Amino acid sequence: MTVTVYVPRDTTALALGADEVAALIAQAATRRERDIKLVRNGSRGLFWLEPMVEVETAQGRVAYGPVEPDDVAGLVEAGLFDGGAEHPLARGLTDEIPYLKRQQRLTFSRIGITDPLSIDDYRAHRGFAGLEKALTMQSQAIVDEVKGSGLRGRGGAAFPTGIKWQTVHDEPEGRKYIVCNADEGDSGTFADRLAMECDPYMLIEGMTIAGLAVGATQGYIYLRSEYPLAHRVVNEALRRAYAAGYLGNDIRGSGKHFELEVRLGAGAYICGEETSLLDSLEGKRGMVRAKPPLPAIQGLFGRPTVVNNVLSLAAVPFILDRGGQAYADYGMGKSRGTLALQLAGNVKRGGLVELAFGTTLRELMEDFGGGTASERPLRAVQVGGPLCAYLPESQWDLPLDYEAFAEVGAGVGHGGVVMSDDSVDMGEQARFAMEFCSVESCGKCTPCRIGAVRGVEVIDRIRADDDRAANLELLSDLCDTMVAGSLCAMGGMTPFPVQSVLKHFPDDLTRSRGGSPC
Amino acid sequence: MTPSGKRQPQAWTHESLQREVDALKDEPGAMLPILHAIQDRCGYIPEAAVPIIAETLRHTRAEVHGIISFYHHFRSHPVGSHVVQVCRAEACQSVGSRQLEAHVKQQLGVDYHQTSRDNEFTLEPVYCLGNCACGPSIRVDDEIHGRVTAEKFDRLVDRLTTSILEVQ
Ligand SMILES: Cc1cc2nc3c(=O)[nH]c(=O)nc-3n(C[C@H](O)[C@H](O)[C@H](O)COP(=O)(O)O)c2cc1C
Ligand code: SF4
Ligand code: FES
Repeated sequence: MTVTVYVPRDTTALALGADEVAALIAQAATRRERDIKLVRNGSRGLFWLEPMVEVETAQGRVAYGPVEPDDVAGLVEAGLFDGGAEHPLARGLTDEIPYLKRQQRLTFSRIGITDPLSIDDYRAHRGFAGLEKALTMQSQAIVDEVKGSGLRGRGGAAFPTGIKWQTVHDEPEGRKYIVCNADEGDSGTFADRLAMECDPYMLIEGMTIAGLAVGATQGYIYLRSEYPLAHRVVNEALRRAYAAGYLGNDIRGSGKHFELEVRLGAGAYICGEETSLLDSLEGKRGMVRAKPPLPAIQGLFGRPTVVNNVLSLAAVPFILDRGGQAYADYGMGKSRGTLALQLAGNVKRGGLVELAFGTTLRELMEDFGGGTASERPLRAVQVGGPLCAYLPESQWDLPLDYEAFAEVGAGVGHGGVVMSDDSVDMGEQARFAMEFCSVESCGKCTPCRIGAVRGVEVIDRIRADDDRAANLELLSDLCDTMVAGSLCAMGGMTPFPVQSVLKHFPDDLTRSRGGSPC
Repeated sequence: MTPSGKRQPQAWTHESLQREVDALKDEPGAMLPILHAIQDRCGYIPEAAVPIIAETLRHTRAEVHGIISFYHHFRSHPVGSHVVQVCRAEACQSVGSRQLEAHVKQQLGVDYHQTSRDNEFTLEPVYCLGNCACGPSIRVDDEIHGRVTAEKFDRLVDRLTTSILEVQ
């Protein structure tokens, strides 16, 4: 009998040797004359178990991980192809692994289960059900469904998606665009990448629904060049979606029309900012535009444009399929639905955790993450990317909710959680925040362009104990100027991590290190 | 669909550059696709491409230069046989990427944006490869590697330089 064996092939699984593991499994099967079907599925996002091999059994899929090439022979010996449990890497039924079982996966429900490029797999797991429904609806009704879900943009600013769509919908008919922001530049975030590599039709479906909702017939996925695998997977998925009639003219015989293509970025963090992204798509340097006008009114090539993050668009198929209310039933306060949390950095069990808003950061880092990988005490956590604050232990009991975080000057951002143990030098981290801004600033406004460079210099002087008191005051003033005077959040938020270090970890900045910082 | 190895850069002529530009010039916002196509083919963007792009897209040469230099991904000079990118971002820092950076620079004998003397490796910084749960991360050509230690990096370099010799 044929046994189905799964070996993931997202970037992280591959980065840890999944291809070699797959090849060795195939060889072992041949040698033992076992008839296996090797499926290269997406990753479940349990990166601490990658490469995580699964075998289909009568009881369900059973998991083994993390499987290194050297483990394959022993696993096969221990009955891998029969779902054998007598091996230290055996993890039992995949669905029963607590890390997975305790999640609330709405957007990532298919991830790691299917072959990312198989349209049949996608359909077998309710794929395209949302689009089929949207094809029968009036555009306003689609917008209303998204409004009813309470979905807020997952790219960082948390603006209500339905309201943005309404604005574009209400603009006079004519050329309009759907642009997916797949720049995912924040350190500690990889959920967009996972969605694109492991369930690309979900994004295609979400963007097509957005097109139907606002009357746009052209979409672009602006993808960062740092994601070569996502680029190949999404392009192949687009080709197959066109061939199967889910894109192009007369989608599934509905008379509706939507075109979609991928455009590659070129390594500029600021091109994640939506107006800069639009300039880049138009073929210019990615410079931030002053708002107004909003992109929803004058966006790509001056036309009304929806710019949404990958995960905002990826949430839409579920919302159309099950109804906005089903999505809104998850969450707390004004943060509805689920958040894709990404456990990264110095963490024992890193990976993707999708949960309704409201869990505390500590539960996430301890119950899911298992603490630091180094097993040293956790010291600082940066949530929401490089423009957000570092949180000291006193703030780890905050519930993950946009408003609760904003209240203490922190951000949920894109849901990335970067953990650092007690060996971290927070003075170095403050310096890095300024350095990153100086490298990545678009240069349009002075507080950011010059301020970031000066920020690095001032921090260097503080750390070298050169007129420390005066320079600390200068740093604090500089931060205030950048916050108040910058055109966009790059310069306007870079001070947040720095100020959080000044406030919560001041000793690290002033700890004398005599001589020049490295 | 696993990451393919490195594409071999091809020699260019005026005509081949013009062909790359012409193939894409009618796309809306053609500039970035054109620059990517040229760099994918040549490994960098030759100076000779600038006037061709400028004239075809009706830009000034200064504008084209400005665009190329704005984006970290685009290069104006040829690179070594392999491009090594080390992730410098926060999640990788928290698991030792600063030490790894120092090791890589020493091992290859270059700083960022430089090419090793044997022309094998060009070193570049990168800010996040989306592998943040399993850092430190590096990218070598189109392949990403996770949990990279100094020893793992050395083995990788050995493998890459040896396989090149075998091919030749
Ligand atoms: C400096 C900067 C970088 C940004 N990077 C990203 C990014 O990588 N991905 C993203 O979706 N949004 C990013 N944003 C937010 C976008 O400007 C925009 O708010 C978002 O794409 C809107 O989509 P959403 O409403 O679905 O979140 C960034 C913003 C700033 C100021
Ligand atoms: S704050 Fe920085 S990135 Fe933003 S517009 Fe000003 S210079 Fe550009
Ligand atoms: S921070 Fe290094 S891969 Fe994301």
